[in-house]
This record gives sequence, structure tokens and C-alpha cells, in this order.
Amino acid sequence: MAETANVVVLMPGETLQLPNSEASLTPAQELVLGPGLRRDDGGTVVATKAGVLRRRDPNVYWIDSHQKRYVPVRGEMVIGIVAAKSVDLFKVDIGSSEHASLSYLAFEGATKRNRPNLQVGDLVFTRLLVANKDMEPEVVCVDSAGRANGLGQLSGDGFLIHTSLEFCRRLLTPGCPLIASLSAVCPCEITVGMNGRVWLRAKALWPAAVAAALLERSNCIETEQMKSQLQNLTDCLANF
Amino acid sequence: MKETPLSNCERDFVLLAVREKKRLDGRQTYDYRKVRIAFGTEYGCCVVELGKTRVLAQVSCELVSPKPSRPSEGVLFFNLELSPMASPGFEQGRQSEMAIEMNRLLERCLRSSRSVDTESLCVISGEKVWQVRTDIHALNHDGNIMDAAVIAANAALAHFRRPDVTVQGEEVTLYSVEDRDPVPLTIHHMPLTTTFAFFHEGSRLLVDPTRLEERVMEGRLLVAMNKHRELCALQASGGIRLLQDQVLRCSHVASVKVLELTEIIQRALENDVQARKEGRCCGLAESLPVQRVTVACAHDAVVNNEEARRRADEVVKCAEEPADTEGAVYHRGPHTAQVGEGLVNSWVVDDNEPKSEEEQEEAMDDGDLEGVKVENEEVEELSDDSVVILETQHRAPNVVQLSDGSEEDEVIILSGKDLMNVSSKGCTKETNSSDDVMEVIITETKKPRKRSK
Repeated sequence: MAETANVVVLMPGETLQLPNSEASLTPAQELVLGPGLRRDDGGTVVATKAGVLRRRDPNVYWIDSHQKRYVPVRGEMVIGIVAAKSVDLFKVDIGSSEHASLSYLAFEGATKRNRPNLQVGDLVFTRLLVANKDMEPEVVCVDSAGRANGLGQLSGDGFLIHTSLEFCRRLLTPGCPLIASLSAVCPCEITVGMNGRVWLRAKALWPAAVAAALLERSNCIETEQMKSQLQNLTDCLANF
Repeated sequence: MKETPLSNCERDFVLLAVREKKRLDGRQTYDYRKVRIAFGTEYGCCVVELGKTRVLAQVSCELVSPKPSRPSEGVLFFNLELSPMASPGFEQGRQSEMAIEMNRLLERCLRSSRSVDTESLCVISGEKVWQVRTDIHALNHDGNIMDAAVIAANAALAHFRRPDVTVQGEEVTLYSVEDRDPVPLTIHHMPLTTTFAFFHEGSRLLVDPTRLEERVMEGRLLVAMNKHRELCALQASGGIRLLQDQVLRCSHVASVKVLELTEIIQRALENDVQARKEGRCCGLAESLPVQRVTVACAHDAVVNNEEARRRADEVVKCAEEPADTEGAVYHRGPHTAQVGEGLVNSWVVDDNEPKSEEEQEEAMDDGDLEGVKVENEEVEELSDDSVVILETQHRAPNVVQLSDGSEEDEVIILSGKDLMNVSSKGCTKETNSSDDVMEVIITETKKPRKRSK
């Protein structure tokens, strides 16, 4: 992303000035606002976070800011840790202020007789169904058609790391060079949750853990630096 | 707030790694994390970083009466605070079990071992002794707060300087910092602790566990020693059963570690003394490493701040001119002067602020009735229960309500006519039944004040 073009930095409370003819933003404009932007009563778009304004053509805008605390947003896919089991639902910790509830029936192929085999402390990759500030969040492990589609328990020997939210978003951009260079050295299965949690599974536990530690440290380094770190990683793995 | 639960995969990983004698951060079994000690500009302030665990210690002293059982010994007081700043699992206020255990350990390790000489803290036997108080705050919890706290406490006590006192017969002279250089405490030895975490039923151990390792461990052994290989305290918790030779081995390891740590503390103290002598800047801002994110190549980004500049100009243009204040000072009498005309207080007034101790008068001239009325309107918007800072009413004279937070004993009510008769602050109460008197009454209630928008 070698941008020498103008980079817009917004502080909370500033209005978004759109470049072309959309000087006065009418509510009829089809704008997709991502995190950090909000429409106020007058119809203008106001920034609520401090950060760099990003744009994806034609009309998607959001603000890249640093944050570690997760605020649930409907539709996002997050990694949860099962905190408690009750009669008909799991209490899952997704990093928000409240534990999310996950019904036993919200799994693919689950019926009243056929219960999911999750224990306290297991990891689940879920999708937020209900997320607003007045209610406790609710997550599910199926999509609207009833298929799992990658959601569900994250089993096997893996390792979980906790990072910041924008690092996870960076990992999820298509063609992320970090993931590409990591997988060249240590092929692994990576699951990225939007709540700042990343789960890795490699051939053995130890390479997974080392790769995870490396990812954690590459939060602030550029891709080129990471290549040299990867060299250390291969040496590490060779020793063990 | 609840702590994030520990997932099974993290627990399994740590147990597996420990079995194979590996650690996630690449340390060996007996390795400590990097220790960084920084001192503040004030004597007795110390920040210790053990990896990502950060702890701040501050030592202070004051003269108190000694304990009746020990009339010629000073008092040492230790307090370790675990606030939610360190970890979301800590609760503010109520001390958790862990906090109580740590506090007790600190006392045993530092006070019972007589590391600081308390006899030298006595000024007048039976009447006045120094109480040296060490407050330790955990700033970030990444495992092993105890070790970091003990290092910080020792370093802070060694760094601290108390005011000098001389006793000549019955006469006691306490010198201020400007008169005589403050005097360091007498420290006999430095007891430092080493924490061992046990796994797999005591068959594996780790020194200086991180947060993740602490959550998984089965038991903990804490060995407090000084560099002369004298054991100061020993604490095993977690319900783990240890063999005799295990404990002995741990104490051998601890003696080596304590030696290294003592050296680090001594070096940090010497550096600080050197820096102060040379007049270099010392203090936390200088000694803590600048946390910078450096990248090999940085992309230049031009930030467009024209919009901000334009808006700033607009604001400046629209802003009102600052009012011309005449510097006229009217002398009303001895100890009483008036500057300005006593307009309405346009600052936001706090409930607890003792009202105008600096201002000598609260006279409201007759001509400022309008100003007062504005205040009244504001007041009306607040609910009845809320605190009213300035209420102007026509009341019977002699009605004076004292504000709770004020340090003054009496509130003077001055009127325009009687300003000449005021003799001194706090000595006279004006009684005036004139209608023109605006009595300013300051009230405080306990309920929070709603601010009018």
C-alpha cells in the first residue's frame, strides 16, 4: 500500500468530506459506513474514532484505528471461548462486556437429541446474530441456510493468540502478504476472529505456537522485516 | 470485570511445552525476563519492569508516635495495590485473596527480616518516630507481580532520602530539604524473592512464570533471600506437595538469581546517583525506554490539514474579544481590597471547591442585579434536589449557611455600604437589614448536581 496520495486523518467529531459532487450528503446517498463512522441526525457523516480514513470503491468508507477491546457487531465472525454450559445454551466469551449466548440448536445437524460436544474451555468459531448495546450478544454456528460453512468448534492441537482488532482486519484483507510469507515457511490453518483472536494449527503443536508468537510480534512491522523474522522461525523449527 | 477464561488449547500447549522444557518466549527454565529499573525525580519513586509486568513503588515518610510496645523503633508500612489497571480481573476496593497474600508476604519479607534499620528512625523515644510508608501499585499484570513488587520496594527504599533531624538534649530540629541534604535510610540487606511455578505434580518447574504460565500452574513456591544466602521467607501455595530436596534445589537456584538481581538494583542506583551528581536529567521520563514502533521503511503520507487550518481561522475570527479588565484596585480597609466589580462568576463552579478563599469579598453591587438574575435563571433550570452554588435571595439577615468544604470558620457577608467598616477577614459578621443587600449564600448538598446545558 505505497500511498503517497493524500491521507486523511480524522479525529472524533469531524465530518467526512467526500471528494466529488457529494458535498452535502443526503440520506438518499448509498454510502456504506464501516467502523468509526456514523451518520448523525442532520444526515452528515461524522467520525467517532481517531484514525486514518480508508475507502474502497465505490462507496465504502471506514476508519482504521487501534483498539483491543471488542464491541460486538452483528454479522461478524468471532472466536469464542466456552465459559459455561447451562440447560439449553452455552455462555461464550467473545471479549465483549457480556458473555454471548450460543444455543445448543445453533449447530449444523443439531437436534434436541443430538447435542454438540463442547466442553468448557473449548474454542468455537461463531457468527454474531444479535449484537446491540442493550442486550447480551447472541452467536450461532450456522448460517441462515442451516449449514456450518466453516463455523463450529475449533478442535485439534492449535494455539490461540490475542492481538489488536486492526491486526486481525489486516490479516483478513485478501492477499495479505503476512499470511502468504508465513504459510510459505510453516503451512498452517489460520482462523481469524474479528474480536482480536487468531487461532493457528500446524502439523505439530510447537511449530504452531512459534508461528503464533511470530504473528503476535509482527503487529507493528512491515512485511519486509517479517521475512527476516521468518528466517529465525525456520531456524527455531529446525532445532526443535 | 471477569477475566477472559483460559481456553483448553492454551492450557494444553503450556503443559506440553513445560514437559519438553520449552517456553513460548524462548526462555530457559531458570531464566528471568528482562528487568528494567527506573527511578523518578523524587527520591523513593521507582518503576520496575519484569518483561511486560510493571510495578511502581513510592516511599514516603512522616513523624508519628511509636507503637507502645516498641517506643524507640520507627514504623515500616507496606501496601500493595492491585487495581483494574493491571488486569481486568482485579477488583477495585475490596482486596482479593491474592492481594492479601501478597501484602502479607511483603511484610514478612521486608519488615520481619529487619532489612531496614528501624532504630535509626527514632527521633524522640516514646514520642516521635519516623513512619516509612511504601506504596506499591501494579501497573500491568503479565505474571509474577510479587517478584517485581519486592524488587521495586527494595530499590525504592534504597533510593529514598528522609529529612535530616538533630536532637540536642530536649531540642529537636527538623531540617527541610533546602537546609540540609536529606539522609538515606539505613539498609542492612536486600531481601529479594524468586518465584517457582510447578507443573505436572511437581515434576517440572519454571522460574518467573508469565501470566499464561501462572494460570496453568499447579503450585507456587516463593523463596526470599538476600545476597548473603540468608533465607528471609519461604512460602509454598497452591496445595502442592514438594520434596525436601526440591525445596533445597529451589533455594540454591534462588540464591544465584537473587545475586544477579541485587547487582542489577545496585547498578541502577549507582547510575541514578551519577546522573543526579552530574546534573543530567533524571526521572522516569528519561530512564524508561522510549517505546517507539520503528519500521525498516516508512511510507510518506501527506496529511491534508487545510481543512483544520481553515476551521481554526474561522473559530478565531468568530471568537469574542477578550474583555478589557481594568486593573483598578480599591482599598476598602485594612486587609480588604476589591478588584473589579463583582460580576457573576462565569467559570464553572465546583461543588467541593471552598468558595473564594482568595477573594476577599463577595460584595455584589446594586448595579449588578442583572448579572445576578442571569445566575438565578441558570439555577432554576437545575432540579430542586441539586446543589445550588450561588443562590441569591432576600433573606433575613444573620442567616449564614456555612459551606461544608470551606476551611474558613465564618463566612463574611459584605454589603456595599459596609465595606468600609470591615476590619479583618473572618472577624466580623455584617448585619444589615437593608433591602439592597444581596446575600450570597453558599450551600452544599450531598446530591450530585445536574448541569444545565
